Amino acid sequence: MSAALPTSLEANPRLDQWLKVNADETITVFSGKVELGQGIVTAIAQIAADELGVAPEQLHIAAGNTDIAPDEGYTAGSQSIEVGGAAMRIACAHARSLFAEAAARWLEVDVSDLMLARGMFSRKGAPAQSVGYWQLAGAVRLDVPVARVAEGGPRAASLTGRSLARRDIVPKLSGAAFVHDIELPGMLHARVVRGPDHGAHIESWNREAILALPGVTDVVRSGNFVCVLALREAAAVKAAQAARKLVRWIPAPRRPAAGEIGSVLKALPAESATVHASGQARPGAVAIRAAYSKPYIAHASIGTCAAAAVLAKGHLTIWSHTQGAHFLRAQTALALGLPAESVTVIHRDGAGCYGHNGADDVAFEAALAATRSGRPVLLTWSREEELAWSPFGSAGAVEIDAAVDGEGRVSKWHIGIWSHTHVKRPGWGEGINLQAAWEMDPPVPEPLPKDMPLPAGGGHRNGIALYDFAHQQVDYHFIAQSPVRVSALRSLGAFANVFAIESCMDELAAASGQDAVAFRLRHLADGRARAVIEAAARRADWRADAPGGEGRGRGIGFAQYKNRSAYCAVVAEVEVAEKVRVLRVFAAVDAGHIVNPDGLANQIEGGVVQAISWTLKEAVAWDEHGVRTRSWEDYPILGFDEVPEIEVALLDQPGAPGLGAGECAAGPVAAAVANAVQHAIGVRVRDLPMTPERIAHLIEAAD
Amino acid sequence: MAVQIEVNGVACAVAADGDTPLLYCLRDDLKLKGTRFGCGAGHCGACTVMVDGRAVQSCDTPLWSVSGRSITTVEGLADDRIGRAVRDAFIELQAAQCGFCIDGILMAVTALLRADARPGRPAILKALERNLCRCGTHVRILRAIDVAIERLAGGVQ
Repeated sequence: MSAALPTSLEANPRLDQWLKVNADETITVFSGKVELGQGIVTAIAQIAADELGVAPEQLHIAAGNTDIAPDEGYTAGSQSIEVGGAAMRIACAHARSLFAEAAARWLEVDVSDLMLARGMFSRKGAPAQSVGYWQLAGAVRLDVPVARVAEGGPRAASLTGRSLARRDIVPKLSGAAFVHDIELPGMLHARVVRGPDHGAHIESWNREAILALPGVTDVVRSGNFVCVLALREAAAVKAAQAARKLVRWIPAPRRPAAGEIGSVLKALPAESATVHASGQARPGAVAIRAAYSKPYIAHASIGTCAAAAVLAKGHLTIWSHTQGAHFLRAQTALALGLPAESVTVIHRDGAGCYGHNGADDVAFEAALAATRSGRPVLLTWSREEELAWSPFGSAGAVEIDAAVDGEGRVSKWHIGIWSHTHVKRPGWGEGINLQAAWEMDPPVPEPLPKDMPLPAGGGHRNGIALYDFAHQQVDYHFIAQSPVRVSALRSLGAFANVFAIESCMDELAAASGQDAVAFRLRHLADGRARAVIEAAARRADWRADAPGGEGRGRGIGFAQYKNRSAYCAVVAEVEVAEKVRVLRVFAAVDAGHIVNPDGLANQIEGGVVQAISWTLKEAVAWDEHGVRTRSWEDYPILGFDEVPEIEVALLDQPGAPGLGAGECAAGPVAAAVANAVQHAIGVRVRDLPMTPERIAHLIEAAD
Repeated sequence: MAVQIEVNGVACAVAADGDTPLLYCLRDDLKLKGTRFGCGAGHCGACTVMVDGRAVQSCDTPLWSVSGRSITTVEGLADDRIGRAVRDAFIELQAAQCGFCIDGILMAVTALLRADARPGRPAILKALERNLCRCGTHVRILRAIDVAIERLAGGVQ
């Protein structure tokens, strides 16, 4: 009971920051955690309805509006149930207890004699005489600090653990539902006129010629930022393309040349530190030194980034699919020289969000266009901007030097990780992290990158193996400079690190003649970790002696996300002919006490498919002049004909805290596929993606 | 220069240049926002509509080419027996994450089932060749399609 309050409650300590009771017999809860396609609004509503003892349809949820919703930082890092859900549960339980006391006085009964259903309190066994939240609203003060109250109290059947349908799906299958669909009175469509690359400067431009393009109403320029405005969206799209030829650019400084990721990263200056050390290394009977890598990966959302903005009577309102409405407000105000209270940011759904994409950039660009033109604006990015102007997930290179002793136990484990920051969000660290703010006149300087420290970690996330090794040393080589713009993408460094650790575990198991599952289990005391591995292996009918080769194989991968969130084990079955095809995936997940099982399963299934796509197909290409992957033809993702069958087993832990699960499958999937490929064709793939060319090259080299 | 088209059963005169992509006529002129921009090159399928019952990517279809034709968007699916069954199955199975790609997929699947009431898995995959989903909802989408096919075959609406 005396445990520290979740950070969301420390930052927003008053109960009325979390909910209000409405006269129409509903309750509105306020949340800083926003819908990104992950189903969080439904899960938060379930938690709130549960604790308040109201039916889901009696509950409204207002999320991500800087005027009314609490500042809960970013909706990121698989923290929305862990922190946002925990905060909402405590706040609503506290509200329920205050209303229960008022109801007890009203009904002249003891609190312990109350029951509560659909927001109505009554004496147990006498439901006819009742009083609801709405009648008691005047008698209960909510401008009080949120406090933990004892669990229990009067309330109806639990909604937690039930697969309630998502609140946002029906609207999204009915028409207008996204930020892209906003229509403001007098609104113009805006498109940015991009230069050849980030950091290019305008030498000269032909403003009159741009204004004369068909349908163009206005053109906004600030420094190296230019956008065209038109009444019709089609005209804005065409004009932005045509205008590229009406601006002369001085190219940006050349980027570091492309090449194999390991060599590219190691050629750049790094700041090195040992971030974990335990035990003493002992030489073993079997030793392995291996290097692994993962390229820069694009968010590649199906919808492009978009935002609407309007400046009216000195107040700027922005509609955005940002993950951090309050940070976006603060950064926009700072960059435009406005007081923060003159800016409102309202969250609206965008296409799938898997991390720090261009949502904040486009929101600031819309704000710039609206404030400079004086017109309401909807600014939408092109496919090229989505693929080439959003930040990318950082590349990573990992080297492991390990040994197994005569007893078959790991006696040495030295891992080195080379990567960049995995967080360069607006509001993270010093300065302003908004692309157009670096381009406008006067520009703000681009802040120096700073990575997220352990225990969560950025590039070194999940760099510490969860296994009980007699020795473990983790070195992190942080590289400030990157050839392409980088920030947070689902699972951050965990994808590369878990891929490397779990690949190496298989290499060690094989070299010491042990089964991959048994080898992991003998290094794991954590019962929940063991349970997911055992569950995945059981579901997949794992056999230590299963024959591999002949193009078919199976492999396992495991991690506890951030070493403190959800546990996930994955068994993948693959077929390797010219290309790698994943046939079936079995995933077992322990996410603590589950709020919405179907929503969780949906997140895991999606995480599995996305990770297979990263593993088999994806890499951002660049050269000295900029990003080369600018269309779906250059940057293919997994298609319907390449998706495996997926079985998800959820290991519920009633009463335990919820553990963030949205990102937990990524690393285990990559490793399971790599281990399955090794089992299928006897070739170890240590660099991603596993394209047909790479596989062919490895087979050739092995012959 | 208005171009005559029928959209969701209603005759419309669209006053736009003939080379305007159908996508923007639907979104801007007719305010039908369920047809979504994804790439502008016909690669991703987010903008898929039905033209005379066939799936078409509206982002690279010029307005002039559909003059006099009958167009169905997601907003008109409820009036179509097959479209309604497909959409209902997607909702029942919660076959969406961000939902941005789904409207286009509903259109592609409805067009397929109009032409072939019992398509096998290969025909379904072929029909979805030009639809991308980034959230990884594929497995559920395929399950929802199977449910819709069963329902329609059983005569349940």
